[in-house]
Amino acid sequence: MGAFGDAIASIKATNFRHIALQAISLGMIVTSALIIWKGLMCLTGSESPVVVVLSGSMEPGFRRGDILFLHMGKAPIRAGEIVVFHVEGRNIPIVHRVIKVHENVEKGDYEVLTKGDNNTGDDRLLYAENQMWLQRQHIMGRAVGFLPYIGWVTIIMTEKPYIKYLLIGVLGLLVITSKD
Amino acid sequence: MYSWMLRVNTVLTLSVTVLALLCAVASMADNLHWHTPSVELEVVNVGPLERLRNGDDRVTLSLNIKADLESVFTWNTKQLFVFVAAEYWNPEEGFNQISLWDTIIEKKENAKINTQVKSKLLRRSTRIGYFTYPFQGKDLKGRDFNLTMYWNVMPVTGVFTTDKVVVPGFQLPQSYN
Repeated sequence: MGAFGDAIASIKATNFRHIALQAISLGMIVTSALIIWKGLMCLTGSESPVVVVLSGSMEPGFRRGDILFLHMGKAPIRAGEIVVFHVEGRNIPIVHRVIKVHENVEKGDYEVLTKGDNNTGDDRLLYAENQMWLQRQHIMGRAVGFLPYIGWVTIIMTEKPYIKYLLIGVLGLLVITSKD
Repeated sequence: MYSWMLRVNTVLTLSVTVLALLCAVASMADNLHWHTPSVELEVVNVGPLERLRNGDDRVTLSLNIKADLESVFTWNTKQLFVFVAAEYWNPEEGFNQISLWDTIIEKKENAKINTQVKSKLLRRSTRIGYFTYPFQGKDLKGRDFNLTMYWNVMPVTGVFTTDKVVVPGFQLPQSYN
Protein backbone atom coordinates (compact mmCIF):
# COMPACT_ATOMS: atom_id res chain seq x y z
CA MET A 1 0.00 0.00 0.00
CA GLY A 2 2.82 2.37 0.93
CA ALA A 3 4.73 1.55 -2.28
CA PHE A 4 1.65 2.34 -4.39
CA GLY A 5 1.21 5.70 -2.69
CA ASP A 6 4.85 6.53 -3.30
CA ALA A 7 4.49 5.75 -6.98
CA ILE A 8 1.48 8.06 -7.35
CA ALA A 9 3.28 10.79 -5.51
CA SER A 10 6.31 10.51 -7.79
CA ILE A 11 4.12 10.63 -10.90
CA LYS A 12 2.40 13.74 -9.57
CA ALA A 13 5.73 15.38 -8.79
CA THR A 14 7.28 14.69 -12.21
CA ASN A 15 4.12 15.83 -13.95
CA PHE A 16 4.15 19.11 -12.12
CA ARG A 17 7.82 19.71 -12.87
CA HIS A 18 7.34 18.73 -16.46
CA ILE A 19 4.41 21.10 -16.96
CA ALA A 20 6.22 23.93 -15.20
CA LEU A 21 9.27 23.42 -17.43
CA GLN A 22 7.16 23.44 -20.59
CA ALA A 23 5.32 26.56 -19.47
CA ILE A 24 8.61 28.33 -18.83
CA SER A 25 10.09 27.35 -22.20
CA LEU A 26 6.91 28.52 -23.93
CA GLY A 27 7.21 31.81 -22.06
CA MET A 28 10.84 32.10 -23.12
CA ILE A 29 9.89 31.75 -26.79
CA VAL A 30 7.18 34.40 -26.53
CA THR A 31 9.33 36.88 -24.60
CA SER A 32 12.37 36.47 -26.87
CA ALA A 33 10.18 37.18 -29.90
CA LEU A 34 8.92 40.29 -28.13
CA ILE A 35 12.47 41.35 -27.24
CA ILE A 36 13.61 40.99 -30.85
CA TRP A 37 10.65 43.03 -32.14
CA LYS A 38 11.06 45.84 -29.60
CA GLY A 39 14.83 45.82 -30.14
CA LEU A 40 14.28 46.27 -33.88
CA MET A 41 11.93 49.15 -33.12
CA CYS A 42 14.68 50.89 -31.14
CA LEU A 43 17.37 50.20 -33.74
CA THR A 44 15.40 51.34 -36.79
CA GLY A 45 13.54 54.22 -35.14
CA SER A 46 10.38 53.08 -36.86
CA GLU A 47 7.25 52.02 -35.04
CA SER A 48 6.85 49.01 -37.32
CA PRO A 49 10.29 47.89 -38.57
CA VAL A 50 8.91 45.26 -40.94
CA VAL A 51 5.85 45.62 -43.18
CA VAL A 52 4.15 43.24 -45.57
CA VAL A 53 3.08 44.53 -48.98
CA LEU A 54 -0.67 44.05 -49.28
CA SER A 55 -1.55 45.64 -52.62
CA GLY A 56 -0.25 45.68 -56.16
CA SER A 57 0.15 49.45 -56.41
CA MET A 58 3.96 49.22 -56.53
CA GLU A 59 4.19 46.40 -59.08
CA PRO A 60 6.37 45.14 -60.58
CA GLY A 61 8.77 46.27 -57.87
CA PHE A 62 6.77 44.96 -54.94
CA ARG A 63 4.22 42.24 -55.16
CA ARG A 64 1.66 41.17 -52.61
CA GLY A 65 3.36 39.13 -49.91
CA ASP A 66 6.80 40.75 -50.15
CA ILE A 67 8.44 42.05 -47.00
CA LEU A 68 9.96 45.49 -46.55
CA PHE A 69 12.40 46.55 -43.85
CA LEU A 70 11.93 50.10 -42.66
CA HIS A 71 14.28 52.62 -41.18
CA MET A 72 13.41 56.16 -40.18
CA GLY A 73 16.83 57.85 -40.10
CA LYS A 74 17.52 61.53 -39.66
CA ALA A 75 18.32 62.34 -43.31
CA PRO A 76 15.64 64.42 -45.02
CA ILE A 77 13.12 62.64 -47.22
CA ARG A 78 14.00 62.89 -50.91
CA ALA A 79 12.19 62.17 -54.16
CA GLY A 80 12.49 58.56 -55.29
CA GLU A 81 12.48 57.12 -51.79
CA ILE A 82 9.81 54.62 -50.90
CA VAL A 83 8.03 55.66 -47.71
CA VAL A 84 5.42 54.09 -45.51
CA PHE A 85 2.79 56.57 -44.39
CA HIS A 86 -0.52 56.57 -42.64
CA VAL A 87 -3.54 58.64 -43.58
CA GLU A 88 -6.15 59.76 -41.10
CA GLY A 89 -9.22 57.57 -41.35
CA ARG A 90 -7.34 54.59 -42.75
CA ASN A 91 -6.11 51.74 -40.59
CA ILE A 92 -3.63 50.21 -42.99
CA PRO A 93 -0.43 52.13 -43.77
CA ILE A 94 0.48 52.67 -47.43
CA VAL A 95 3.85 52.03 -49.12
CA HIS A 96 4.45 54.40 -52.05
CA ARG A 97 7.20 56.40 -53.72
CA VAL A 98 7.89 60.10 -53.14
CA ILE A 99 7.64 62.15 -56.35
CA LYS A 100 7.68 65.72 -55.03
CA VAL A 101 9.42 67.34 -52.07
CA HIS A 102 9.02 70.90 -50.81
CA GLU A 103 11.03 71.66 -47.72
CA ASN A 104 10.15 74.28 -45.19
CA VAL A 105 13.28 75.05 -43.21
CA GLU A 106 11.64 77.60 -40.89
CA LYS A 107 9.09 75.15 -39.58
CA GLY A 108 11.53 72.26 -39.77
CA ASP A 109 8.92 70.39 -41.74
CA TYR A 110 8.41 69.29 -45.32
CA GLU A 111 5.63 68.59 -47.76
CA VAL A 112 5.89 65.51 -49.94
CA LEU A 113 3.64 63.96 -52.55
CA THR A 114 3.63 60.21 -53.20
CA LYS A 115 2.56 57.91 -56.00
CA GLY A 116 2.39 54.17 -56.49
CA ASP A 117 4.62 53.05 -59.37
CA ASN A 118 1.75 51.07 -60.84
CA ASN A 119 -0.87 53.81 -60.42
CA THR A 120 -1.59 56.37 -63.12
CA GLY A 121 -2.27 59.28 -60.79
CA ASP A 122 -0.67 60.58 -57.63
CA ASP A 123 -1.93 59.77 -54.15
CA ARG A 124 -4.04 62.86 -53.45
CA LEU A 125 -7.15 60.73 -53.90
CA LEU A 126 -5.94 58.39 -51.16
CA TYR A 127 -5.14 61.16 -48.69
CA ALA A 128 -7.68 62.53 -46.24
CA GLU A 129 -10.18 65.02 -47.58
CA ASN A 130 -8.53 68.31 -48.64
CA GLN A 131 -5.12 66.95 -47.74
CA MET A 132 -2.66 67.94 -50.45
CA TRP A 133 0.64 66.84 -48.91
CA LEU A 134 2.19 64.40 -46.49
CA GLN A 135 4.14 65.92 -43.63
CA ARG A 136 6.58 64.64 -41.08
CA GLN A 137 3.90 63.31 -38.76
CA HIS A 138 2.38 61.09 -41.46
CA ILE A 139 5.55 59.23 -42.33
CA MET A 140 6.31 56.05 -40.43
CA GLY A 141 9.53 55.03 -42.13
CA ARG A 142 11.34 54.57 -45.39
CA ALA A 143 11.96 51.25 -47.06
CA VAL A 144 15.61 50.20 -47.02
CA GLY A 145 15.53 46.45 -47.65
CA PHE A 146 13.46 43.86 -49.40
CA LEU A 147 12.68 40.14 -49.10
CA PRO A 148 10.27 38.44 -51.49
CA TYR A 149 7.38 36.07 -50.67
CA ILE A 150 7.87 35.71 -46.89
CA GLY A 151 4.95 37.98 -46.08
CA TRP A 152 2.54 35.40 -47.48
CA VAL A 153 2.71 33.65 -44.12
CA THR A 154 1.07 36.60 -42.38
CA ILE A 155 -1.35 37.29 -45.24
CA ILE A 156 -2.63 33.70 -45.13
CA MET A 157 -2.91 33.79 -41.36
CA THR A 158 -4.92 37.01 -41.27
CA GLU A 159 -7.20 35.99 -44.11
CA LYS A 160 -7.77 32.41 -42.97
CA PRO A 161 -7.80 32.54 -39.16
CA TYR A 162 -8.49 28.82 -38.72
CA ILE A 163 -5.06 28.06 -40.22
CA LYS A 164 -3.54 30.33 -37.58
CA TYR A 165 -5.35 28.54 -34.74
CA LEU A 166 -4.43 25.15 -36.21
CA LEU A 167 -0.78 26.17 -36.41
CA ILE A 168 -0.73 27.59 -32.88
CA GLY A 169 -2.48 24.44 -31.61
CA VAL A 170 -0.03 22.07 -33.30
CA LEU A 171 3.00 24.05 -32.17
CA GLY A 172 1.67 24.28 -28.62
CA LEU A 173 1.02 20.55 -28.58
CA LEU A 174 4.55 19.86 -29.82
CA VAL A 175 6.07 22.06 -27.13
CA ILE A 176 4.01 20.41 -24.40
CA THR A 177 4.55 16.82 -25.53
CA SER A 178 8.24 17.07 -26.38
CA LYS A 179 10.42 15.30 -23.86
CA ASP A 180 13.56 17.40 -24.10
CA MET B 1 16.05 11.05 -29.77
CA TYR B 2 16.32 10.48 -33.53
CA SER B 3 12.67 10.98 -34.30
CA TRP B 4 11.44 12.15 -37.69
CA MET B 5 10.36 15.43 -36.09
CA LEU B 6 13.93 16.13 -35.12
CA ARG B 7 15.15 15.44 -38.63
CA VAL B 8 12.51 17.66 -40.24
CA ASN B 9 13.46 20.38 -37.79
CA THR B 10 17.16 20.07 -38.60
CA VAL B 11 16.58 20.13 -42.36
CA LEU B 12 14.27 23.16 -42.07
CA THR B 13 16.66 25.09 -39.86
CA LEU B 14 19.61 24.37 -42.14
CA SER B 15 17.77 25.35 -45.32
CA VAL B 16 16.48 28.59 -43.82
CA THR B 17 19.97 29.47 -42.58
CA VAL B 18 21.55 28.74 -45.96
CA LEU B 19 18.86 30.72 -47.77
CA ALA B 20 19.29 33.70 -45.45
CA LEU B 21 23.06 33.57 -45.90
CA LEU B 22 22.74 33.42 -49.70
CA CYS B 23 20.38 36.41 -49.67
CA ALA B 24 22.85 38.38 -47.56
CA VAL B 25 25.77 37.47 -49.82
CA ALA B 26 23.79 38.31 -52.98
CA SER B 27 22.92 41.70 -51.54
CA MET B 28 26.47 42.41 -50.38
CA ALA B 29 27.96 41.35 -53.73
CA ASP B 30 26.18 44.36 -55.26
CA ASN B 31 28.65 46.63 -53.46
CA LEU B 32 31.54 45.14 -55.44
CA HIS B 33 29.84 45.97 -58.72
CA TRP B 34 31.41 48.77 -60.75
CA HIS B 35 29.12 50.75 -62.98
CA THR B 36 29.76 53.48 -65.55
CA PRO B 37 26.46 55.04 -66.56
CA SER B 38 26.23 57.93 -69.00
CA VAL B 39 23.48 60.52 -68.77
CA GLU B 40 22.59 63.51 -70.97
CA LEU B 41 19.68 65.78 -70.12
CA GLU B 42 18.53 68.76 -72.17
CA VAL B 43 15.62 71.15 -72.02
CA VAL B 44 14.24 71.39 -75.55
CA ASN B 45 11.33 73.71 -74.95
CA VAL B 46 10.05 75.74 -72.03
CA GLY B 47 6.31 76.33 -72.06
CA PRO B 48 4.58 79.48 -70.85
CA LEU B 49 4.88 80.24 -67.15
CA GLU B 50 1.47 80.62 -65.57
CA ARG B 51 0.18 81.48 -62.13
CA LEU B 52 -2.49 79.14 -60.83
CA ARG B 53 -5.44 80.05 -58.64
CA ASN B 54 -3.92 78.48 -55.54
CA GLY B 55 -0.87 80.73 -55.84
CA ASP B 56 1.46 78.16 -57.36
CA ASP B 57 3.36 78.74 -60.55
CA ARG B 58 3.34 76.13 -63.26
CA VAL B 59 5.36 75.56 -66.39
CA THR B 60 5.65 72.62 -68.75
CA LEU B 61 9.00 71.48 -70.07
CA SER B 62 9.99 69.31 -73.00
CA LEU B 63 13.05 67.25 -72.27
CA ASN B 64 15.59 65.29 -74.23
CA ILE B 65 16.62 62.34 -72.12
CA LYS B 66 19.56 60.17 -73.10
CA ALA B 67 21.06 57.60 -70.77
CA ASP B 68 22.85 54.29 -70.80
CA LEU B 69 22.24 52.42 -67.57
CA GLU B 70 23.13 48.92 -68.79
CA SER B 71 26.14 48.72 -66.51
CA VAL B 72 23.98 49.32 -63.43
CA PHE B 73 22.33 45.92 -63.77
CA THR B 74 23.69 43.03 -61.71
CA TRP B 75 22.38 39.54 -61.14
CA ASN B 76 20.57 40.78 -58.04
CA THR B 77 18.76 43.60 -59.86
CA LYS B 78 15.03 43.18 -60.26
CA GLN B 79 14.34 46.55 -61.82
CA LEU B 80 15.44 50.16 -62.02
CA PHE B 81 13.07 52.97 -61.26
CA VAL B 82 14.45 55.87 -63.28
CA PHE B 83 13.19 59.40 -62.98
CA VAL B 84 14.21 62.92 -63.88
CA ALA B 85 13.53 65.59 -61.30
CA ALA B 86 13.76 69.35 -61.45
CA GLU B 87 15.48 70.59 -58.31
CA TYR B 88 15.83 74.10 -57.01
CA TRP B 89 16.76 75.88 -53.85
CA ASN B 90 14.39 78.42 -52.42
CA PRO B 91 16.30 80.64 -49.96
CA GLU B 92 13.30 81.18 -47.66
CA GLU B 93 11.99 77.64 -47.64
CA GLY B 94 14.65 75.16 -48.64
CA PHE B 95 15.17 72.37 -51.10
CA ASN B 96 12.52 71.42 -53.66
CA GLN B 97 12.25 68.42 -55.96
CA ILE B 98 9.66 67.79 -58.63
CA SER B 99 9.64 64.58 -60.59
CA LEU B 100 9.03 65.39 -64.25
CA TRP B 101 9.26 61.99 -65.89
CA ASP B 102 9.79 58.40 -64.80
CA THR B 103 10.07 54.91 -66.17
CA ILE B 104 10.64 51.37 -64.95
CA ILE B 105 13.35 49.25 -66.57
CA GLU B 106 13.08 45.54 -65.89
CA LYS B 107 15.61 44.20 -68.39
CA LYS B 108 19.19 45.08 -69.08
CA GLU B 109 18.48 45.18 -72.82
CA ASN B 110 16.07 48.06 -72.27
CA ALA B 111 18.47 50.12 -70.17
CA LYS B 112 19.41 52.49 -72.99
CA ILE B 113 17.10 55.48 -72.83
CA ASN B 114 16.82 57.86 -75.76
CA THR B 115 13.59 59.75 -75.68
CA GLN B 116 12.11 63.15 -76.05
CA VAL B 117 9.28 63.69 -73.64
CA LYS B 118 6.76 66.25 -74.69
CA SER B 119 5.21 68.50 -72.16
CA LYS B 120 1.64 67.56 -72.69
CA LEU B 121 -0.55 68.71 -69.89
CA LEU B 122 -3.34 66.35 -69.11
CA ARG B 123 -5.22 66.85 -65.90
CA ARG B 124 -4.86 63.47 -64.29
CA SER B 125 -3.28 61.20 -66.82
CA THR B 126 0.41 60.81 -66.19
CA ARG B 127 1.10 57.70 -68.20
CA ILE B 128 4.57 56.60 -67.38
CA GLY B 129 7.16 57.42 -69.97
CA TYR B 130 4.97 59.43 -72.32
CA PHE B 131 4.45 62.82 -70.76
CA THR B 132 6.26 65.04 -68.40
CA TYR B 133 4.52 66.05 -65.23
CA PRO B 134 4.24 69.81 -64.94
CA PHE B 135 6.86 71.75 -63.06
CA GLN B 136 4.80 73.30 -60.31
CA GLY B 137 5.88 75.26 -57.24
CA LYS B 138 5.85 78.62 -55.50
CA ASP B 139 7.47 81.66 -57.14
CA LEU B 140 9.07 79.94 -60.10
CA LYS B 141 9.72 83.17 -62.04
CA GLY B 142 13.32 83.21 -63.25
CA ARG B 143 14.20 80.32 -60.96
CA ASP B 144 17.52 78.55 -61.54
CA PHE B 145 17.17 74.80 -61.42
CA ASN B 146 19.04 71.54 -61.93
CA LEU B 147 17.84 68.51 -63.78
CA THR B 148 18.80 65.31 -61.98
CA MET B 149 18.40 61.77 -63.16
CA TYR B 150 17.98 59.30 -60.33
CA TRP B 151 17.88 55.56 -60.60
CA ASN B 152 16.57 53.56 -57.71
CA VAL B 153 17.90 50.00 -57.88
CA MET B 154 15.32 47.53 -56.59
CA PRO B 155 16.98 44.20 -55.80
CA VAL B 156 15.68 40.67 -56.06
CA THR B 157 16.51 40.55 -52.38
CA GLY B 158 18.42 42.92 -50.13
CA VAL B 159 19.07 46.63 -49.87
CA PHE B 160 17.71 49.44 -52.05
CA THR B 161 20.27 51.81 -53.50
CA THR B 162 19.89 55.09 -55.35
CA ASP B 163 22.35 56.86 -57.59
CA LYS B 164 22.12 60.10 -59.54
CA VAL B 165 23.63 62.40 -62.13
CA VAL B 166 23.06 66.15 -61.69
CA VAL B 167 22.95 68.46 -64.70
CA PRO B 168 22.98 72.09 -63.47
CA GLY B 169 22.40 75.42 -65.15
CA PHE B 170 18.80 75.77 -66.32
CA GLN B 171 16.52 78.75 -65.81
CA LEU B 172 12.78 79.31 -65.98
CA PRO B 173 11.22 82.28 -67.86
CA GLN B 174 11.54 85.74 -66.34
CA SER B 175 7.94 86.77 -67.04
CA TYR B 176 4.48 85.29 -66.77
CA ASN B 177 2.50 84.47 -69.82
